[in-house]
Amino acid sequence: MSLLSTLARLEAVRAQRAQPLATVRHRHLSERPMVLVPLAAAGESGAPLAVLLGTDRESPRLHFVPQPLNRTQRSEFLAAVAREVVPYLASFGDEVELLEGSEKDPVSGEKVPVVRELCADAPQLIVPNAGGVSHLALLGRSTRFRRTVEDPDPGEYPSPTEVPLLGRWLTHLTDRAQVPGSSMLLAMTGLLSRHWATGQSNLEDQHLAARLAWHLPPAGFEPPGTGAAAAEWVESARDGDGLLLHPPAGPATDPKFDERVLAPAILRHDAAVAVRERAEAARDAAEVRRAAGLVEQAHAELARVLLSVTLPTWHDVWHGLDLLRALPAAGHLPDRWEGDRWSFTMHRDRVAAGEPPQPRRDDAVTAARKLAQREREQARLEIQEALDDPLAMAERRLAGEAFAGEVVEVVPEWSAGRSPKPRPLLVVRTDDRPHADPGREVHRAHAEPAQRAEVVSAAPGEVVVRLLSGMGRRKDPEPGSVPEPGTAVVFTLFELAPRQSAPLPEPADTPWTHGGPPVAVEDVPVGADEWE
Amino acid sequence: MNVSHLGQASPPLRRLSELRGPAPQRSLDARALAALAANPGCRRRALLDAAGVDKTALAQQLGRPAPFGQSPFAIRRGLQFESRLKRDGYAVLLAPLRRRLGLPEDEVASLAVPDLLPAASPAVRAERTAAVLAEAAADPAGWTLLDHPMLRLEVAGSPAYLEPDAVVVHAGRCTVVEIKSFPVLDGSADPANVGAAARQAAVYVLALQEAAARLAGRPLSAGPYAVQELPGAPELTVLLVCPKDFSSQPVAVPVDVRRELAVTRRQLSRMTRIDQLLAALPEGVTFDLARDASGAPTRPAGELAAAVAAVPAAYAPECISTCELGFHCRAQARCAGGVEQLGRGVRGELGSLRTVEEALAAAEQGGGGGPELDEAAERLAYAARLRAGALAAGGVR
Ligand code: SF4
Repeated sequence: MSLLSTLARLEAVRAQRAQPLATVRHRHLSERPMVLVPLAAAGESGAPLAVLLGTDRESPRLHFVPQPLNRTQRSEFLAAVAREVVPYLASFGDEVELLEGSEKDPVSGEKVPVVRELCADAPQLIVPNAGGVSHLALLGRSTRFRRTVEDPDPGEYPSPTEVPLLGRWLTHLTDRAQVPGSSMLLAMTGLLSRHWATGQSNLEDQHLAARLAWHLPPAGFEPPGTGAAAAEWVESARDGDGLLLHPPAGPATDPKFDERVLAPAILRHDAAVAVRERAEAARDAAEVRRAAGLVEQAHAELARVLLSVTLPTWHDVWHGLDLLRALPAAGHLPDRWEGDRWSFTMHRDRVAAGEPPQPRRDDAVTAARKLAQREREQARLEIQEALDDPLAMAERRLAGEAFAGEVVEVVPEWSAGRSPKPRPLLVVRTDDRPHADPGREVHRAHAEPAQRAEVVSAAPGEVVVRLLSGMGRRKDPEPGSVPEPGTAVVFTLFELAPRQSAPLPEPADTPWTHGGPPVAVEDVPVGADEWE
Repeated sequence: MNVSHLGQASPPLRRLSELRGPAPQRSLDARALAALAANPGCRRRALLDAAGVDKTALAQQLGRPAPFGQSPFAIRRGLQFESRLKRDGYAVLLAPLRRRLGLPEDEVASLAVPDLLPAASPAVRAERTAAVLAEAAADPAGWTLLDHPMLRLEVAGSPAYLEPDAVVVHAGRCTVVEIKSFPVLDGSADPANVGAAARQAAVYVLALQEAAARLAGRPLSAGPYAVQELPGAPELTVLLVCPKDFSSQPVAVPVDVRRELAVTRRQLSRMTRIDQLLAALPEGVTFDLARDASGAPTRPAGELAAAVAAVPAAYAPECISTCELGFHCRAQARCAGGVEQLGRGVRGELGSLRTVEEALAAAEQGGGGGPELDEAAERLAYAARLRAGALAAGGVR
């Protein structure tokens, strides 16, 4: 945590209210996001229990596994979820932009023009917390290799065809979520943490409702208020039966809820199903009808209790979206969102081309590529955030990586030589203390075109720089390209265009010691490790 | 695993039992001891644990119960997994050990599973474990599995008893086995889970090292990374047994715990000795909940809170997930306006500024604070100017 965010936390303690950590919104928000509140069954990794999902705040839809150990029911659950999520994702694949570019022809080596498709928009999933993202990743991993009825060897328990497709998409989205600044799958706690500080620790901020209690008075908390007391109430207040008044945001449920509510409800459902099966075996039509009624009742009861522990979180996520939408969008969002659109488009194409699901583990080349991409995106994100938001720039200034001030004097000078170029000196009055030794290259923020300069001298309160570029080709600078006295300027010690990392070799050019060819076809023992 | 204490009533032990009152002594589990080692500066917890106070009941009576609990689904699943291991004769444990020792796969070794008197008192069980361990270590060819043995460990000058899931003894050396419910997915497990398990297992390894040293009549070697060359000494690699992928098929993963062992040893040695904690305690302090005939605690919360407050704490937000008194100590830290409520790192960042108000006052002093502001305060004031300027520039304030 930086000192600036510590300061914001201190202010939040005093105000008992969240304090801004950003002046703009640094993540793209879709106009049509899909919110998911997933719950996992306790004791078994990645086993789904329920999910409340939808794109309409007013009508969330609940899907659940009545008996979490029953693989048929689990399969039906996944198919139902897939029938909601996959069409939502696919709906973004239809409207495309056509981009003209060129590509090297693999045979002739010549550049040939190509037209590529880029989806005009991309989907966005929002989950309550980081645990939700991990849970979706596990679901993706456990379903993308499922065999379906369409497989040559469908196995004993073929899945509906949508299930492995859902798995591939979830894998893609959770993988993309690792890319800094990406916005196709976001956790609400992370979004809020980026934009506001609470008066509690980062650990406590992982509890969505508790951190929201620093923004809005929690429903049911008397007397209404925000801050530590409200957060503690949300974390720990229980009713007469020992149940939390505000259920946790999942994926884990409260153990007390499991013990007192969920386990008995599952038991009743199991019992009703057993009665029905017995009646069916005995071909007792009247009893079958009666038992069907019992099953229906038990099913409705399970739906009721599961809705009661997901609905509060559903509202919390949407309240979080309200808060974020009230912030003005940062300038670089369309740029980064385009990266997400490419990612979406490319995965859409891979699925359409019938490529196999993502392997269990990345080969060395893919892993290196992903790592390089994440580093590159991290650098780009930091630069863009600093340019978009004075508060993010303040972090860099505090770290001595940038300085802001006012130009107090401009000394026109020129380079030596036959065709002299403008090399004016700027005297900048600043309270910042950049780590700027003479000779150090600096970059002027928000300059169009880009403008480099060199530190001439740096003393407390004053930095002198010499502008080196961005002033046109003539002897005298283009009008407006040199800031006049009285202008506010910001210079950074870091480059404002992210450096391209050394390009990685194409897979075909990678030595086999590093995972290059011969291409090992991923052995996919489909269905071999499904849940028991 | 359990931690409990010898029955001889030496003066400190008598005082410890007074602190607890007539309530039965609480045993700790390995996780609790690892948590104790993670926050060695907390005297409050060290003393409550040494006295065997039921911290769950204490927190309840203080009005801020601990949020811990285990789902019945998780418990059932854990039991199923453990019984499955036993059903196939622990083959999953023996196979990787055999491989590591270079023994042929098909060698049929009979596995001895001696009776460790599970119903006896901790002290008796520990004696029994020590005897069985010595015997097994003396037999180079046999394989012995100690199912839930009881180990003794000195913690801050008072003996504690620990119960690992299993210890396998072969060729004069033993290996700690921990059974966990998190999965090994595509060959790797969640590092946070593995880390927690390794910290726990390190506590057992340390206890076994002490046992081997005691058996050989030698002091524990000073170097935490040194492999003991004594009969019955533990390997510094433990086995975690986890479900494989999404199945309930067990798989064993070796985990090197040398680093965790070194950390645990260092932390435990940093803990203030219990007798010193007792000496610093005001006369008459007790954590007795004064239960009535029906077992309901009657001790007024205020009185209890005062008793707890008599022992200094070292609160950090991590406490909330590791200590039963987390919510209570947090409320105290908040009440006192301490900066530690915001996180461990914050304290270092703010130097001598210990409260929220002190820190904010320093931030507001601006540039004119003068030389009495130390470096941290000055930096804070600079940060505050940057923050105010940026918020104004961004149109937020
Ligand atoms: S919660 Fe309190 S008693 Fe427990 S470790 Fe933290 S400070 Fe110590």
